[in-house]
Amino acid sequence: MRYIFYPGCSQEGTALEYRDSSLAVLRALGADVEELEDWTCCGASVAPVMSDLLGLVLPARNLALAEQQADGRDLLVVCSACYTNFRRTAATLAADRSLHDKVNQALEVENLTYQGTLTARHILDVLANDFGPEAVRARVQKPLEGLTVAPYYGCQTVRPYSPFDNGQRPTSMLPLLEALGVRVHRHPREASCCGTSLLMTKPEVGLTMAGAVLAACEGADCIVTVCPMCHMNLDAYQDKVSRLLGRTVRIPVLYLPQLMGLAFGLPREVLGLQRHVTPVSF
Amino acid sequence: MAAAPEILDLTHADRSLAQQVTPGRWEKMLSCIQCGTCTASCPAAPAMDLSPRRMWRMVQLGMTEEVLRSKSIWLCSLCYTCHVRCPRGIPLTETIVRLKELAIERGIVSSPQSGAFYRTFADVMRRYGRMREVEFMARYFLASNPLAALGFARLGLTMLARGKIGLEWPRLGGEGRLDRLFARVAELEGKR
Ligand code: SF4
Ligand code: SF4
Repeated sequence: MRYIFYPGCSQEGTALEYRDSSLAVLRALGADVEELEDWTCCGASVAPVMSDLLGLVLPARNLALAEQQADGRDLLVVCSACYTNFRRTAATLAADRSLHDKVNQALEVENLTYQGTLTARHILDVLANDFGPEAVRARVQKPLEGLTVAPYYGCQTVRPYSPFDNGQRPTSMLPLLEALGVRVHRHPREASCCGTSLLMTKPEVGLTMAGAVLAACEGADCIVTVCPMCHMNLDAYQDKVSRLLGRTVRIPVLYLPQLMGLAFGLPREVLGLQRHVTPVSF
Repeated sequence: MAAAPEILDLTHADRSLAQQVTPGRWEKMLSCIQCGTCTASCPAAPAMDLSPRRMWRMVQLGMTEEVLRSKSIWLCSLCYTCHVRCPRGIPLTETIVRLKELAIERGIVSSPQSGAFYRTFADVMRRYGRMREVEFMARYFLASNPLAALGFARLGLTMLARGKIGLEWPRLGGEGRLDRLFARVAELEGKR
């Protein structure tokens, strides 16, 4: 399996460990992954608010670059917000020829043209469907028996542009988790919102949302997520959430590839477990 | 004499707002049946001044000022729950994004924090082409609420100690990586 890889901004900063563990696990599974050259920000949730067109042009710039470099490969994305931006842009422009032309007029200043031939894939989709539980099980060296894991998908991993799972009751992580040997803690907040940027702009509201997810996961040894924004909101604010809920909430939050890496016997430093705010004690 | 029937007649409502903000077919917005699924699904609804259901009625009625001045649009976290659940298939989440754009365009952003958040993020993105999280956070707190920064300082130090964030000097002069693309987009949109 060969992929062209769009890391996204967080994976160069606060979520460096997500990039490193993703690459390590994909390579352990035999994937060939090459980083997209000269990529820029997808626009996050911000560009579409600043201007409708900018919100399409910034993802399209990266899609156009990827089309040049892909050579038949899919575009691998690890951040759910980047993923949504790419898929929203592809879907919107496929349905509107004149908007597509306008986007390409903008891209002229970057000497790029977006064709609409590329597919953006979320790493969860790739792990669950290109590799699948059998390939994962075959690679497990240290089954994580005795560990109870709460899956957390968040919003944009599974809706509304995501074709690989149910947008409200996702299940794609389950076979992978079972292949690692863990027990799964199912809960009603698996696809609820983590609070996104409200943690910064409206902390009371954002903390309530993150707190609801954390509370639903209580009883598990850790939470597993596949988005850097979800990770930040669940990992970094547990002190504030504890104050809000009036009791101590302390649950390590791992990226799915980190958990897989542990079961594969990859070195902890490569997986970056020491970088989290809430310490990982197992 | 028979009383006038108490029917809300949308035939003569001012449709300009719905037209401007609903992506795709704006008539979609007129098909809202006020079932309240959006409000019931919204994780931010308890904190909103206008519930999503009320807000959509007001969009149908063209109550532009009231909608754009509401806190609600800035409380939407883009979770897309209402979007996937609306029985009429109205692209609600992306309509809220358009409402935010319109509020910024008209200079009526009821949440100074959100205004600072979007402005600062866009500026850092334009300058470097990629987000620089630390510079963004520092500038965001300076612009919005320096006191709140204190609440974040401890978290910042923890993240620094864990190697989760690093410090980079801001680069202030010179052309930004995406200046030309941003300018071209503004030109195409007739914003300059
Ligand atoms: S869910 Fe859709 S139809 Fe129901 S009130 Fe909300 S916008 Fe209207
Ligand atoms: S997308 Fe926004 S308005 Fe809709 S349910 Fe989520 S937070 Fe509420």
